[in-house]
Amino acid sequence: MTAAICDPGRVRARTAVRIACAAPDRELLLVEWLNALIYEMATRGMIFGRFDVIIDDHQLQAIAWGEALDRERHRPAAEAKGATYTALEVGRRDDGRWTAACVVDV
Amino acid sequence: MDTRRLERTGSFEWRIAPFGDMRVPAVIFADEGLIQGMDEKVFEQITNVARLPGIVKAAYAMPDAHWGYGFPIGGVAAFDPEAGGVVSAGGVGFDISCGVRCMPSGLGRAAIEARQAELADALFAEIPAGVGSHGEITLSDEETTAMLSGGAAWALSRGYGREADLERIEERGCMPGASPEVVSERARRRQRREMGTLGSGNHYLEVQEVTAVHDAKAAAAFGLEPGEVVVSIHCGSRGLGHQIGTEFLRDMVLAAPDHDIALVDRELACAPIRSKLGERYLGAMRAAINCALANRQIIGHLTRKVFRRFFPEADLPLLFDVSHNTCKAERHRTDGQRREVYVHRKGATRAFGPDHPSLPAGLRTVGQPVLIGGTMGTASYVLVGAAGNERRGFSSACHGAGRRMSRHQARRTWRGRALVDELAARGIAIRSPSDRGVAEEAPGAYKDVVEVVEAAEMAGLARRVARLEPIICIKG
Repeated sequence: MTAAICDPGRVRARTAVRIACAAPDRELLLVEWLNALIYEMATRGMIFGRFDVIIDDHQLQAIAWGEALDRERHRPAAEAKGATYTALEVGRRDDGRWTAACVVDV
Repeated sequence: MDTRRLERTGSFEWRIAPFGDMRVPAVIFADEGLIQGMDEKVFEQITNVARLPGIVKAAYAMPDAHWGYGFPIGGVAAFDPEAGGVVSAGGVGFDISCGVRCMPSGLGRAAIEARQAELADALFAEIPAGVGSHGEITLSDEETTAMLSGGAAWALSRGYGREADLERIEERGCMPGASPEVVSERARRRQRREMGTLGSGNHYLEVQEVTAVHDAKAAAAFGLEPGEVVVSIHCGSRGLGHQIGTEFLRDMVLAAPDHDIALVDRELACAPIRSKLGERYLGAMRAAINCALANRQIIGHLTRKVFRRFFPEADLPLLFDVSHNTCKAERHRTDGQRREVYVHRKGATRAFGPDHPSLPAGLRTVGQPVLIGGTMGTASYVLVGAAGNERRGFSSACHGAGRRMSRHQARRTWRGRALVDELAARGIAIRSPSDRGVAEEAPGAYKDVVEVVEAAEMAGLARRVARLEPIICIKG
């Protein structure tokens, strides 16, 4: 999602924000998590680039690392309005790795 | 889209007969070329809409229809509350009451060209645009409540604009039935510093020239003359609307089983109009409509302030302000009876024809102005609602050119800086905080707006009045 807004390589992990959310299933949890990030970005004027996430029984605890949005340095192209349920998929691939995807409206 | 899956019922009208559990047919207004260019997803999405409870007559897709979330962008559907009809947060979208306002300046192109760069810089400096921009207003909670109830009338009472503006705004600038008390703390917080801001993405402020008049009588009634310069503003309800959309989409997904609604697509999340959740959403969504109306009213005022510095004689009266992401209770004739239905227009514009009682006196005999946002390199249009269009999509029309390419694909195809230079060479001054944002909004990423508005006219939805071409574009 950060890549939809700006070049993630330009985001420094200077400030930590704690985020917690929950949902009845893992797909809905992905949307909740992204929407929690969107809310924090919008109200704190921040952009995030690193995330420590623990999920236990559809409860998510996270620390999002980032910094104040700097329009000159980050050159943000679009703001995220909200995470959608479109193309929403969370699952484990054959090689054991997890993938999580949905469309974010910008 | 494969036309073999459709039944052609007119030169610009295509029908999908009900199959499976569709309750009504789906109808697409477009010519053959536009249909062929439409994503197959439009077929899937518009037929999914036709499955929703209480839908009336048909699910409609406008000529600019493209893949959306749940509903296609360019989708129109009406629901009967007395037949279990639903209201859908996905059917309105995240950017509630996103819309366009247009203000004729009385100036000619030469006047603008003489001061084009200065004017572009001044507009870019005065009107906050892009991610992370803030307005001059910081809303207290009390002021937020007043704004959510009052809409553009609230903005006027705080010194933004003039009394005459209100009658040129849908709902006369204030959407009735808003419930500020159901708007969450989080939605309010997202809006605290966002009043009077354009936002990003496809939002813009453009200074445009009337380069063609297609209907002299309607143009005269709208105060538009060939060669005249107008200002068009495209934006919506900002963070507040996005947050309301987010919260109610989730609430409607979770509550669907309680309402016995089986969702074929979670993004079609909806609740019965006659349910607590449905009523709460309608109250919050109407409050967000007021937020959008207030936002555009403030930006209109800021625009006039800038123009006055350069052209003291420029008055910039409001031609009209119209939204294209809404759900509104309207009376329409269905099954031989006039009754109240809840019309969802997602990326579609209300387009009342002549003599509609809601139109102000100066527009009543002509019809409602329909403002079509094009691209920064092609054209936008002013249309007018066509007589008799009530039976074709509940008096609705298209809203823009419609994307034909994703942002990602556009970014890989064009370079923002090169586009800005290329447009400058054609006499169009672009100001944007983001080159990448410009690339994502490249004119070539959109369908041909001319084909779209011609199809809207030929389908009997709205007639062309004037073509507008950009001179300055402030891109969010």
